[in-house]
Parts: sequence; structure tokens; C-alpha cells
Amino acid sequence: MSARRRWERAAIQAACVAITLFMGVPLYLIALAALSSRDSLNQFPLPLLPTDPSTETMSTFLQSTGVTGGFINSLTVGLGTVVLALLVGVPAGYAVARYAFRGKDTYQLILLLTRALPIVVLSVPLARIFLDTGLYDTTYAVMLLHTALALPTTVLITAAIFVGVSHEQEEAAMIFGASPLQAFLRVVAPQALPGIAAAAMFAFMLSWNEVLGATVLTLNQRTLPAQVLTTLADSPLAYRFAGGLALVLPALVFIAVMRRYLLNMWGTTLR
Amino acid sequence: MTNRINDDLRISRRGLLGLGLGVAAVPALTACGGVSTSGADGGEGSVSFLSTQFTQVEERQRFEKILGDRVTAAKVAFNPVDASTFGTTVKSQLDAGKVQLSLLGGVHGDLAPHADRLMDLDDLLGSLGDRGFTSDLTDLAKLSGSTTKYVPWMQATYVLAVHKKALEWLPSGVVTPQMTYDQFLSWMTAARQGNGNKPVFGIPAGPKGLYHRFFQGFLLPSFTGGQVTTFRSPDAVTAWQYMKELWAQTAPASTNYDSMQEPLQRGEVLVAWDHVARLRDAPGDKPGDWLMLPAPSGPKGLGYMLVVAGLAIPNGAPEAAKAKEVVKALTTGDVQVDVLRQNAFFPVTNAQLPTDLPAAVGLEAAAVKRQQETAGAIVSLPPVGVGARDAEVGQVFKNVFKEVCLDGKPVQGVLDSQAGQLNAILDELKVACWRPDPAGSPCRVA
Amino acid sequence: MPRRRARIPAAVLLIAPSLVVMTALFAWPLVVGVGQAFSGPDGPTLAYARRMLDDPYFWPAVRNTALLIVVLIPVQFAFALTMALLLRERPRFAGFHFYVWVIPLAISDLAAGLVWLSVFADRGYLNSVLDHLGVDGVAWLSYQNTATMFLAVVVAELWRSTSLVLVIVVAGLQGIPKDYDEAAAVFGATYRQRLRHVVLPQLRPSLQVALILRTILALETFAVAQALTGRSLPLLVGETYQWYNVLQNPNVATAIALVVLAVSMLAAAGYLRLLRDRTVTQ
Repeated sequence: MSARRRWERAAIQAACVAITLFMGVPLYLIALAALSSRDSLNQFPLPLLPTDPSTETMSTFLQSTGVTGGFINSLTVGLGTVVLALLVGVPAGYAVARYAFRGKDTYQLILLLTRALPIVVLSVPLARIFLDTGLYDTTYAVMLLHTALALPTTVLITAAIFVGVSHEQEEAAMIFGASPLQAFLRVVAPQALPGIAAAAMFAFMLSWNEVLGATVLTLNQRTLPAQVLTTLADSPLAYRFAGGLALVLPALVFIAVMRRYLLNMWGTTLR
Repeated sequence: MTNRINDDLRISRRGLLGLGLGVAAVPALTACGGVSTSGADGGEGSVSFLSTQFTQVEERQRFEKILGDRVTAAKVAFNPVDASTFGTTVKSQLDAGKVQLSLLGGVHGDLAPHADRLMDLDDLLGSLGDRGFTSDLTDLAKLSGSTTKYVPWMQATYVLAVHKKALEWLPSGVVTPQMTYDQFLSWMTAARQGNGNKPVFGIPAGPKGLYHRFFQGFLLPSFTGGQVTTFRSPDAVTAWQYMKELWAQTAPASTNYDSMQEPLQRGEVLVAWDHVARLRDAPGDKPGDWLMLPAPSGPKGLGYMLVVAGLAIPNGAPEAAKAKEVVKALTTGDVQVDVLRQNAFFPVTNAQLPTDLPAAVGLEAAAVKRQQETAGAIVSLPPVGVGARDAEVGQVFKNVFKEVCLDGKPVQGVLDSQAGQLNAILDELKVACWRPDPAGSPCRVA
Repeated sequence: MPRRRARIPAAVLLIAPSLVVMTALFAWPLVVGVGQAFSGPDGPTLAYARRMLDDPYFWPAVRNTALLIVVLIPVQFAFALTMALLLRERPRFAGFHFYVWVIPLAISDLAAGLVWLSVFADRGYLNSVLDHLGVDGVAWLSYQNTATMFLAVVVAELWRSTSLVLVIVVAGLQGIPKDYDEAAAVFGATYRQRLRHVVLPQLRPSLQVALILRTILALETFAVAQALTGRSLPLLVGETYQWYNVLQNPNVATAIALVVLAVSMLAAAGYLRLLRDRTVTQ
């Protein structure tokens, strides 16, 4: 039994390492490509170790495009999207989970289908609306668009989470004199927090990664991926790799921060 | 149980704190609606210049330097974008009547869809009489109307870049620089055999590649003398049969190439046909290893296509007067030569080419000159007057390529069905034919 | 499902803000867009739909999109479940593994396309590795090798989008009290039995959310495929962008977009029905 158990543990470890390699090696390669000299990128076979590191492409890239401004814009838009999507989406998710109302299925379906519509079809009418309201080429416009894009996910995830939260405790709290809002904040919200955090994370990620809408709605106040990817679309591969790395690095940092938070909650509930 | 709830509550407080900080941070960060990401944002009164040219990082930097050094009349915020963003931006700003752009730069096909949204520039063109624009270019700039819609900015064409290594497989009797399509095919066939059965020739047949211009402006005019009217003639069948044979000697990875200078630099192919600006970096620091050749010639002559870029001012531009000053500056001889030197686009004016051009540009200039001066040269233009349908017309030629060369369908059948598509587009537009087709109206496939 | 009698006013109040946002930013532009797109110069017309059907790229795009979803979604869910269950066994360095596995969540599809292009290109890292091993490289992304092209897109998409499913599943697993599982183990249930009868049924709500979401998002996939294969492996949404941006024909673009919308609608309705039937039978 013990030998078998040990074998199982080893297999689990091996599987984890294999998956980590699959997920991690491409990240290593893009870093390698971005930090290679342009000459070494033209060789074949490509060196698999950093034999000829060069920061030349990377530094030219960082100087030439509005990377800092784009970073700040992305952060602003991302945080704004999270706040707006949660403010609008969490109540809706709670309603979907707790109440039976006519047209609930239709409502959910419509929410979902908005995600199924290619943004490009909406882009020109949207740009026009924002031009008319004076929001064109501001981060607010992008924030609003991203909120709309993130809303279906937010509602769906939070609804699924609220279904899983015991309704009895909430009612018990109200029997003991808590108002519905208090009951929600004291009893439901803490239990739903992991899910809400996940929804927030999705909203942020969606906003961080969305390029096509952001490109159409802004010109001079671009978000980072929109800025990088539109300026690099026609550039030599070396620059595109540099741009790829510039987008991967914030992702590494962001996930490192979020992971702590996620794992923390995970540790307390999975015992 | 109580313990667990307490645990969670502690987290919730932290979470709420985070949320609170987020809420507080957002207004602070968004106070000005975002931070500028366009390096040349000149603030109030600057000329906002949207361009489909020089989107590439290095080209952009070089052109911004030219703008900074040579254009003194106004501050220019140069914003290069891809053609689709250009189209959407111009369309939405003009249609909403909230124009922020003052100057537009693009090739003929980028500007053509927006003819109704562009200011008449007859007066500006009139004041530039000393620039020596040819009447071909100024006619083109009318976008099929009666008034000038843009001022010619720069021009370019397509040539062959050849690494000298490929010369060792040149069959006897075939000489550079000028050869026929058949000689070129036998060369590429020999080169493939000599290179361990790996093709050495490439064309930019990727999604952003300009390979349809090869059919429209080089292959078909050389074989049929026309572009549209002869689309499904017996000569066109011969041309596409030839293309099928040439494709068999072409690197299959061509369908992934948007621009040929990189595969050339990497040595994936040794011979390639592309736009001069997209071949400029191929020679790199070893120009001695490279040749630039004019396109081959066919039974009807040497067909080649002219690419024209223009400068336009949108209706309701906030800084129209300053934009006109910028146009004047960009068409001076010095700036035209600077642009050639730096970014390999040729002057549209009568500017004298200097002798000390960068090596690669010098090679290209010689090839371009030879191409233009060859006896029996047939000049083609990109579709004129088809406006927003330019890309769709190009797509018809790409579709023929896909169905004939990639899917191996019979040529005549493909040409007949695609001629139907082409005529459907042209019948809606009712435009006159453009060069090299005889100027009959309305233009359609015979 | 609801445990309380309907309280319509509260529910309406709670969903009202979301309805306002969606109407302003989706419904209205959609009506404007579709209205413009489906009227030709001479009033309403079907010419654009015919144009779409005649295009040599349309049917391959339909086929590829369907194939991608049919292949990608099951593989992806198996992969995500495996990862989540492995984590549940608390391997060493679980935190680090989890970290690496969710990184792609924060990477945009265009950037992911670049990452995988460096791997699969003719002179990319994969062929370099093969070359070091003395094996001839394969033209993975050549239009002639539809199978390897498709494989490359599936691998890249698996890499990029599985972390979304993983996070949903991990969040769902948190909700399952370990007591049930342990009780089943005490009574002698095998791992497979526990998985089937204890873990998976409890995970169903999370899996359903993930399934609907991923199917719709998979229908939207195109940036990775475009970066890797250009137009050699056309996908429906990629074709929408092609017609809208490159060919500048919003009419046909909208026609294709409506096909995507219709397919998504069918898929979502199907899943929702599946969800309801299952909960009834339970």
C-alpha cells in the first residue's frame, strides 16, 4: 500500500512538472526571442539557450512606442472595468441565483449572446456614439465597452457562486434582525468572495487583453496591448517578439499578485 | 464553524479594502481621460496626421525625424495605423461630424473609399506647379471625380530581390537583368533542383501580402496586355497556367509571408518579388551579395505596377490651413529625397536623385529605372475609381490564385466564375477602365 | 434553483443596471449596424448573403470553426479537470505550478499567437529542436499540411485558454466539502468512483458555466489562428474581420457575424436546456 502510494505521489509530481513545462516553455522561448540579437534570430537552427543576448531590439521598442502611457491607461481601464462590472454585475448575478422571475432564461441568454457578437460589427456605431458624447479617444469609452464585455462573465460567475451559498444562513441572519443588505454583506458576501474575486479577475483580464475595440475607440490614448499590437503589426519579427514579451511581463506580475490572493482563499476553504 | 466564518470575514475585509482602494484610485487615474501614447502628440493646434504608411517601428521613427527636422510650419502628431483602423477612424469621425484629424496619408486604395469625405485640393495642387507632378498622378488623384482629392506624396513599385548565390543556377543563355517569364521559370526550376529540391523563390502571399498586385500589375498585363477586360481570355488562361507552374517552384511557406525582406534575410528564400519598401532591409549590411532586378517580361511586354501614395485633408479638418503647409513641405525636393533615402519610397516630383543613396535603395533605384525605361513596358495602375471596393477587386485575383494554384482547379472554370464576381462589382460601380486596359466605359470583363 | 416565491420588484431592480448597460452598448449599436448592413442601395436585399455563400473561404471557415470547437472543448475540459484534480492532491510546489498554469489568463490572444508563431514557424523553435535531434523539420504551418496547421492552432488555443476553465473548476472544487469525499473513501469507494459520484456532480454548476462560456469564446477565436496560419485556416470570426477591415464590405461582414451569432445562440440554448433537464432528473 505504501509503495503504491509513493508511486502515485511520484506520478502526480511528474504530471505537474510536465504540465508546467508545457505552459512555461513557450514563455521562456518568447523571452529568449525578444532578448536575442536580430542576427541570431536569422540563424537556423535557433539557439535554445541565450548564447547571444541583446537588449537592443527591446530597448528600441520600449523607447519608440508609448509603452509607459499605455501601461497606465491599461491599468486605469482594467480597474475601472472591474469596479463597474462588479457594481452592475453582482446584483444581477444575485438576482439570477435567488429569484425566479419571468424572462430569466431569456435574460441570461441575451447576456451570453452579447459575447458571441464580433466586436467589429459594433465598432463603427459605437465609435459614433462615443464621438457624439465626447468620450471618443478617452479611457472612459474603453472602460464602458469593456464593462459591457465583462458583464456576462461577471453575472454568470457570481450567479453560479450565489447558488452555492447556503440560503438558510442568510435567512437565519435576517430572522435575528439583520436587514437584507446586512445579511448579504455579513453572510453571503464572505462566502461568495472567492467567486467574486474570480469574476473580478476575469473582468480585469478581459479588459487587459481586449485589443480590437480599444483600437477603434482610441487614437492617442491607447491601452498597452492596443498600442503595442497596432504599432507592431507590420514590423519585423524581432520587434513583434519584443512586443510579445512586453505584454507577457505584466501578465507574470499580475498573476503573481492574484495567485497569492486566490491560493489564500483556496487554502482556507479547502481543508 | 464560527472560526471559519471569522477567517472568511477577515479576508472579506481585506477584499473590501482592496475594492475601496480600487474605487479611490480610478478617478485619480482617469482624471484626464487617459495618458497619451502617441509619441508625437503635439497638443493644441498641432496637425493630427493619420497615415497607413510607415507603421513599421523603424520607418515611423525615421519619418518622425524627417517631420521634426524639415516641417517647420506646424507641429505634426504623426499617427501611423493599419489600413483597416484608418478606414474605420476616418469613417466614424467624418460621419459623426466630429473631425479631429487634419491630414490623411495613404496609398491610392486607402484614400479612394473616402472620396466624399475629402476636401477639394485644386487650389493647393495649383500652388504646387513647380513640383512637376506628372498628369498621370494628378489624374489619379481626382479619384474618378472632377476635382483633386489628394496631393501625390510618394510612389513605389515592385521589383525582384536576388541573392547572388541564386545566380549560380542561372541556365545558359539566360542573362540578368532583363529576362522573360519563361526564362525566369527555368531559372527557378534549376535553382530548386540545385538547392536540394528546396524552392528558392518566394512571393508575399500571406494575409497582408501584396501578391494580388503581382497578378494585377505584372503577370496578367505581361501575358494579356490588360488587367480586367482580358480577365478570362485565352491569354489569361496561359498566364494562370504559367503561374501554376511557377507556384510549383515557389516556397510553399509563401502563403505565410506578408513581407519578403525577412524570409530573404533569414535565407529561407533567395529570390523574391515584393514592394520596394518591403525589400529595403533584405540586403542588410551586405549589399554586395544582392541584386535588384526589374520584373520579367511576357509575350505582351514588361508589365509593372505603379503605387501612388497621397496626402488628403478631410472635410471639416480642425487645422486645414496648417495641414496644407505640411503638404507643401512634404512635397519639396529635399523632403522627397529624404524619404527615399530613409524609407525607400520614391519621389513623385521632379526632384533629382542624389548619387549617395544608401546601398540597398541605390540598387532598387537602378532596378526601378530600368523597369520604367525598358522598351515595351506596360504601366498598370491599381484599380481606379472603385473606391471602397478596391480590396474586393484585389480579392478576386487572390481567389483565382487560391483556386488555381492552391486547390488545383481547372483554370478556365475558375476564371469564368471569378469573372462573374468581378463583373458584379464593376457593374454596380460603372467606372471607366484604368491602365493598361483601353479606357472604355463601363469597365467589365469581356 | 430558487427557493423562495417570486419577488419580482427586487429582482428587476437588481438586473436593471445591467440591462441599461447592455442596451446602450450592445443592442443599440447592433440595431444600427445590422440596419445599415442589410439594406442595399435598393432597399432590403439578400445579395450579401449570397455573396457570403459564394465566397471560396466561407464553407472551409464553417468547417474549421466547427471542427475546432468539437476537438478543442473536450480536450480542454479534460486537461483543465486533470490539472485541477492534480492540484487537489496537494503536490509539492503546488503554488508554483498553479501560478504557471494560470499565466496565459493574462496574455492576450494576439500575443499568444506571437508566442506560438516563434515555436511553429518553419525556422522556429520546434523545428530547431528537431534539427538538434537530427530529425528533419516539418512545415507545420504550410497550407499543404492542413492537419499540422490545425494541430498547431489547437495546441496554441489549449495553452492560451485552458487556464480560464482551470480557474472556474478550481473555484468550483473549493465549494465541495472534503468531508463527502473522505466519507466515500472510508466506505471503500475507489478514486474513479469518488470522482464520478461525488466530485463531478458537485462540480456541475461550475462546469456548465465554463462550458457555455468557453464554447462562445471558442466561436470568437481567430487571432491565434490568424497569427499562425494567415488565411490558410479560415475561421468564421476571422472572415468577419477580413470582410469588414480588409475588404471593407460591412454588409457581408455582418452577414457572417449573424451566422456566428445564430450558432452561438443555438449552442447556448442547447447547453441551457441540458442544464435544466439534468437538474430536473436529479
